[in-house]
Amino acid sequence: MKSIDKIRRHLIAATATAALLSAGAQAQERFITVASTTSTEQSGLFGHLLPAFEKAAGIKVRVVALGTGQALDLARRGDADVVFVHDKVAEEKFVADGWGIKRQEVMYNDFILVGPRADPAKAAGKDILEGLHKIEAAKAPFVSRGDKSGTHAAELRYWKAAGVDLDARKGPWYRDTGSGMGPALNTAASMNAYILADRGTWLNFKNRGELGIVVEGDTRLFNQYGVILVNPAKHAHVKQADGQKFIDWLVSPAGQKAIADYKIGGEQLFFPNATK
Amino acid sequence: MNEISASLGLAGELIAAGDARLAAIVGLSLRVSLTATLLSCVLGMPLGALLSVGRFPGRRTLIVLTNGFMGLPPVVVGLIVYLLLSRAGPLGSFGLLFTPAAMIVAQTVLITPIIAALTRQVIEDEWREYREQLRSLGARRVRVARTLLWNARFSLTTAALAGFGRAIAEVGAVMIVGGNIDGVTRVMTTTIALETSKGDLPLALALGAILIGVVLAINTGAYLFKQWAERRWG
Amino acid sequence: MGGWLQLENLGLTEGGVRIVADVTLEIGAGRTAILGPNGAGKSTLLRLMHGLLKPSAGRVAWPQPLSQGMVFQRPVMLRSSALANIEYGLALRGHAPDERRRRAQAALERVGLPELAGRQAKRLSGGEQQRVALARAWALEPQVLFLDEPTASLDPLSSREVERIVGEIAAAGTKIVMTTHNLGQARRMADEIVFIEGGRLLEQTPAAEFFRQPRTDAAREFIREEIG
Repeated sequence: MKSIDKIRRHLIAATATAALLSAGAQAQERFITVASTTSTEQSGLFGHLLPAFEKAAGIKVRVVALGTGQALDLARRGDADVVFVHDKVAEEKFVADGWGIKRQEVMYNDFILVGPRADPAKAAGKDILEGLHKIEAAKAPFVSRGDKSGTHAAELRYWKAAGVDLDARKGPWYRDTGSGMGPALNTAASMNAYILADRGTWLNFKNRGELGIVVEGDTRLFNQYGVILVNPAKHAHVKQADGQKFIDWLVSPAGQKAIADYKIGGEQLFFPNATK
Repeated sequence: MNEISASLGLAGELIAAGDARLAAIVGLSLRVSLTATLLSCVLGMPLGALLSVGRFPGRRTLIVLTNGFMGLPPVVVGLIVYLLLSRAGPLGSFGLLFTPAAMIVAQTVLITPIIAALTRQVIEDEWREYREQLRSLGARRVRVARTLLWNARFSLTTAALAGFGRAIAEVGAVMIVGGNIDGVTRVMTTTIALETSKGDLPLALALGAILIGVVLAINTGAYLFKQWAERRWG
Repeated sequence: MGGWLQLENLGLTEGGVRIVADVTLEIGAGRTAILGPNGAGKSTLLRLMHGLLKPSAGRVAWPQPLSQGMVFQRPVMLRSSALANIEYGLALRGHAPDERRRRAQAALERVGLPELAGRQAKRLSGGEQQRVALARAWALEPQVLFLDEPTASLDPLSSREVERIVGEIAAAGTKIVMTTHNLGQARRMADEIVFIEGGRLLEQTPAAEFFRQPRTDAAREFIREEIG
């Protein structure tokens, strides 16, 4: 059966070609890999920001969007050149442990407490801690990210500050979903539950159902984003120069203006506050 | 039901508009999953054939393993491949993580057991029919495996299609090893997951409809080709 | 001891059932027919001789190694052309491609089917497939050819054609061992009859003598019933 050999040779050749093609297409492009958060990606900020940087620097930015905790883990394993996340405590630890070179602040947005417009727990107001208290008191359904993300870390801090011992008070009303911002919002919308969200994702989120903003404007709700270059001393392949270019651009007047310019429905999502 | 019909309408509009980004995403999905299917056929079909006609130690264990691994959870495969390809992992120096090649590897791992197990089933039936004749002619086992694979080529398209269907429909593995990077590793399923996350359910569903359409088109094409080839050569 | 094939106390038991029991015989004739009623163990005995089955007792001995072939009751064709089916057997024996093509074509001509070379073997009629199977076996020029009820599934016309071909193969010097339950076929084609029943050898007799004067009552009974 000569034909079998022939076909097998063709198969092997085709496979090898396919593998080469897919590898080859990668090799020529100049790019960096940025580990960032679902909230930044899903808010649409990167879609607005990156083309401007790519045009200015000729460097493509490949964003892998995860929770802040996962993004930092990824960087620790050496799978990203830059991290761009929002959990100051974790970021500072990341740098202190030697995984990152230096943390620079880039911008902030704010968290909002989202919930049923009818507000059964009477949580509405300007005080996030007060609002959480009332939700717990009313045992009103609350959806948590529960995924070690920056938003999750913030939520836990607020509960603690509000004096609610979650471990003791947790009940069926508190739904730990272990999911990204969008999926958690989908869950909250379908359950008509309260949820802590970042404003950017919320503004870009379409499946709102009966939900609306319940608490906003509390200064404690500010959500600071930082950017860190992964330490080449830990991972030699880190693209130090190009990664630094991206960071420098983000904190430059051009980058800061691009951040301020991103709006949804006329509303600004992120507020540049780079410290130079 | 309104939402579903609205999504179908949106799917139609997306196709009619010939959106270049959509085309690129569909193209990448096909490239990744077809390549993975091809690789899995090259690996899984000879393995399946040897499992049905071979007599070697560990054969039963391998059969149980391939059957069991037909149901490998994509997320677990993704995680394992991620740990292997990660810079800190044993294959990290190839820099394959977050590339289509990594997605091909993950899907290949995912569907090779499916193709091997289905091939074994097909070849076992063939072996029952041809066993005496081939042994009488003096064919040795490896040769028997080759002969029967070629002999069952038309039935084996079903195995290949089953593998392809699983590959193109899975999201867990490609999400982890590809990273869902816009324009680089974003495929149909990860786009659908992303749009669902954004709460844009109509768009997610429209993309889902397109994915199903693509899969149906491939299956129809394969079916017609098989029919034609069977008439022509079979 | 002029036999070219010797069976010594040959037995096969499967699942506690004795299919072949304590068969000792020596085959020396050019054309042998194994005769017996349905379920007598004819096909099993043939497969033991050819080595497709392993005996559970006794042994099959070949005083000199002879090349063998076998044609089955139902022809088993690969999903390729008639010619390719014949070439396949030659390829297994390591013949070069041109040689394979030449010999396969010659074999097809000898079975009277040269015009079917390119046709899909599985699409041929039962009779044609059996003739291709004979060509496939013949192309290998075996010294011994086993045939298991080669005409049992065929119409009379195809049966006669198969008998003619087997006759030619035998005339060319190949030793034939065939099973059949067809008395007429055995009478036309065999020099010697091996008669078995219930897995046991009852008699081994020159064909002419067997049909004139069988040695056992069972054989006499069998002949009477078959002639009806």
